[in-house]
Amino acid sequence: MSALSNWSWDYDGWIVLAGILCAVAASLPGNFLLLRRMSLLGDAISHAILPGLAVAFLITGSRSSLPMFLGAVIVGLLTAVFTEWIRNFGEVDEGASMGVVFTTLFALGLVMIVQAADHVDLDPGCVLYGSLETTTFDMVNVAGTEIPRVVLVLAAVTVINLVVVVLFFKELKLSAFDPALATTCGISARLMHYLLMIIVAVTAVASFESVGNILVVAMFVVPPATAFLLTERLRSMIIVSALIAAVSATLGHVSALVVPSWFGYRSTSTSGMMALCAGILFFAVSLFAPQHGVLIRILRRQRLSRRILSEDLIALLYRMDERKSGVVASIDQLRAALLSGGLMSSLLMKQHARKGHVIATANGYQLTDSGRRLGAELVRSHRLWEQYLVSEGGVAVDRIHGQAEQLEHFTGRELRDRLQQETSAPVLDPHGSPIPPE
Amino acid sequence: MRTLAALHSFLAFAASSLTDRSIRWPTWPEWQRVLLLQDYNTRVVMLGTMLLGLAAGMVGSFTLLRRRALMGDALSHATLPGVGLAFLIAPSLGLAEKSLPVLLTGAALSGIAGVIAILYVRNLTRLKEDAALGIVLSVFFGAGIAILSIAQQSVGHSAGLESFIYGKPASMIESDRLLIGCSGVLTLLIMGVLFKELTLLCFDEGFAKSRGYPVLLLDLVLMGLVVIVTIIGLQAVGLVLMIALLVIPAAASRFWTQNLKQMILISAAIGGAGGFLGAAMSALFRNLPAGAMIVLVCSSLFFISMMFGTERGVVVRALRRRDLNRSVDHQHLLRGMFELQESRGPKAGIPFSELQTLRSWSSHRLLKEIERCRRKGLVFRNSDQKLCLTSSGLVEASRLVHEHRLWELYLITHADVAPGRVDQSADAIEHVLEPELIAQLEELLLQKRRVQGIAPSPHPVDATEHAS
Repeated sequence: MSALSNWSWDYDGWIVLAGILCAVAASLPGNFLLLRRMSLLGDAISHAILPGLAVAFLITGSRSSLPMFLGAVIVGLLTAVFTEWIRNFGEVDEGASMGVVFTTLFALGLVMIVQAADHVDLDPGCVLYGSLETTTFDMVNVAGTEIPRVVLVLAAVTVINLVVVVLFFKELKLSAFDPALATTCGISARLMHYLLMIIVAVTAVASFESVGNILVVAMFVVPPATAFLLTERLRSMIIVSALIAAVSATLGHVSALVVPSWFGYRSTSTSGMMALCAGILFFAVSLFAPQHGVLIRILRRQRLSRRILSEDLIALLYRMDERKSGVVASIDQLRAALLSGGLMSSLLMKQHARKGHVIATANGYQLTDSGRRLGAELVRSHRLWEQYLVSEGGVAVDRIHGQAEQLEHFTGRELRDRLQQETSAPVLDPHGSPIPPE
Repeated sequence: MRTLAALHSFLAFAASSLTDRSIRWPTWPEWQRVLLLQDYNTRVVMLGTMLLGLAAGMVGSFTLLRRRALMGDALSHATLPGVGLAFLIAPSLGLAEKSLPVLLTGAALSGIAGVIAILYVRNLTRLKEDAALGIVLSVFFGAGIAILSIAQQSVGHSAGLESFIYGKPASMIESDRLLIGCSGVLTLLIMGVLFKELTLLCFDEGFAKSRGYPVLLLDLVLMGLVVIVTIIGLQAVGLVLMIALLVIPAAASRFWTQNLKQMILISAAIGGAGGFLGAAMSALFRNLPAGAMIVLVCSSLFFISMMFGTERGVVVRALRRRDLNRSVDHQHLLRGMFELQESRGPKAGIPFSELQTLRSWSSHRLLKEIERCRRKGLVFRNSDQKLCLTSSGLVEASRLVHEHRLWELYLITHADVAPGRVDQSADAIEHVLEPELIAQLEELLLQKRRVQGIAPSPHPVDATEHAS
């Protein structure tokens, strides 16, 4: 942690704040971009505004912010408009038309900047990378405190985005999910589309100028995508995405200072690390999200298959016990009947023994009374389902076993009682085996 | 030759007075040297970028049809961390840090990591394609910038790495061209061998899966091709503009053909032309960066294709729509006149105002249609300025009415449409009836019932009915 020893709130604090503001401002409209499947628009716009900057510079001849800002926002909007035109007139698919538009505009901007570079330094590198590290170089005095200009600009953008999202929440939501329905409800989906484009362009340009485009492009996509895996509701998705954006901005700056020192280097690009941290958070969430996490889904599936195997073992033992009371079955016998893995089967049988469902003897396992009750429940479900499938479902007798085998694991007391009622309380199942009483 | 040179010097004069002073119109010998590939450096660069355009155009066709045009965008950004890492690690392996093979290996490895990340997000989470591309693009690029900024402080002179972002075609040497050429041939071979499989993957993934093709593997191969092309393009045009070569030629060729093989060829040609001409312009004019010029040439070709493409171009489609509208108007006019004359007797002329109430057409549109029919000798104006069908007009009109009524009859007898509503339904389809279909309908419906060779109308025909 020695890298953090010269942390200063006057310097690093402002950088973190600027990063957080930029991240939150971008993640707000990013949620709607994600739902509209236009996640790459942020990237397209932030490349395409280059000619806007160049034209504003060539016309006014100065690098002052306002004309540059306006020029960039206008070109950013034009990107969205041109993309739509080419998609409609040329019947080209959305991604391709976006690709055509933003690469063309970028190339145009590059040519213009190289032309202008003769007169003044307008380095594409500085425009593209931007840098958070210079946040504190340009301070403005507001009510007696020195505040970086970047922080003021980004705070304004964050407030604008927040206001737009809160005010037009219903309209934006409806036109993102179902533009046709929105139009029939009297909401102009088109207007909402362009409103969204405007705030995307304003956010991209404001962040672009102050903190570079890597951060904003990442924050348009990654935090909303992370939040999308965590919640089902748009409102909570927006809030979660803003939180994630803020957290990854903070972590990003800290790790930009700390991580390189592990390898003996000085600090690295803060905005790059912020994007990387957002990516790492996304990856972690995609693995461990409670509902949609990849690992969690795998674990859940494995637990289910373990439960099914453990129930199958008891049911099998019950069936053997039915034929010859007090039978002792070895693990190998059980495995051969169920075609199950050796390790898992013996582990599960040991678990049954611990719970008192079976007694382990020298030759194998024997059912206890509680085990017999458990087995009876499963076999009862199985045979009732078989009866039901034949009598009510009209399924042929030779095909019912497999389905009943699946259904028995998801059948509780209540459902068994209903099945008994529906099949008018049979004594034998279609194969002629007795249905054990409850 | 002398007139050419004179014309050229005039153009040079015009250009010098028009453009900024920083662009100088090249002299005639300069033109010759560049276009005839006399200069060694220029030759290497121009042929290299042309090969690159060819390869990118071909691969781009498949990614475009797979609706994944921006995959090149994501993958080209994904190569950056690999370049930076290779640069940092190479010295400790005892290799030169800027040796191209090392950097390209790094780029390839991290490009493959990007491919795996895209497939992970798309196949295993509930996020869609665009989000997968966006995440991979921004996170890998962020990581790349972080690594490059470390690389810059460590070794001091990593300036060459910047060219991976903006591209420096001028720095291309003979071995680079060889590399591009070999990779191009490699991609061509892979695409040739897997042509059927890749086509199936692009057009109907579900069907390919059901036929037992390894869809995931094919997807990997396709993305692998994109990675190859991207990596060899990094040096030449830079990662941002590499995207353009993957997207634009393919999107442009879509306007010229519906056939995949032709599309790939056209796309390769557009990409090749873009590479060649862009590099040539950058060699001719000082201050025009080659990467950007290649993209601008390609996108000009795109706009030309979009307007004038013979298959789906804007102009062609507009012409087709105009032709269809005209033929519909033509049929409406003749049929309307025939039915009015039918109820009023053959010699009665029809006033213009009455024709106008037949349908919701503007008087301008109707007048133009009447004029066209008059020129074809189908209608004429009689002495009191009313319209009448000529004898050839009568033949044509009775054919149209016959077809319309056949379809009405078919709808009534075979599709159970109420007689009061068949007129409109038949209206929608009659303009596109094929002669074979007419023959079939005749056989089906009219064994004996014909009035003067024309099927009788199944509902009352009256001008006022149309107007209502």
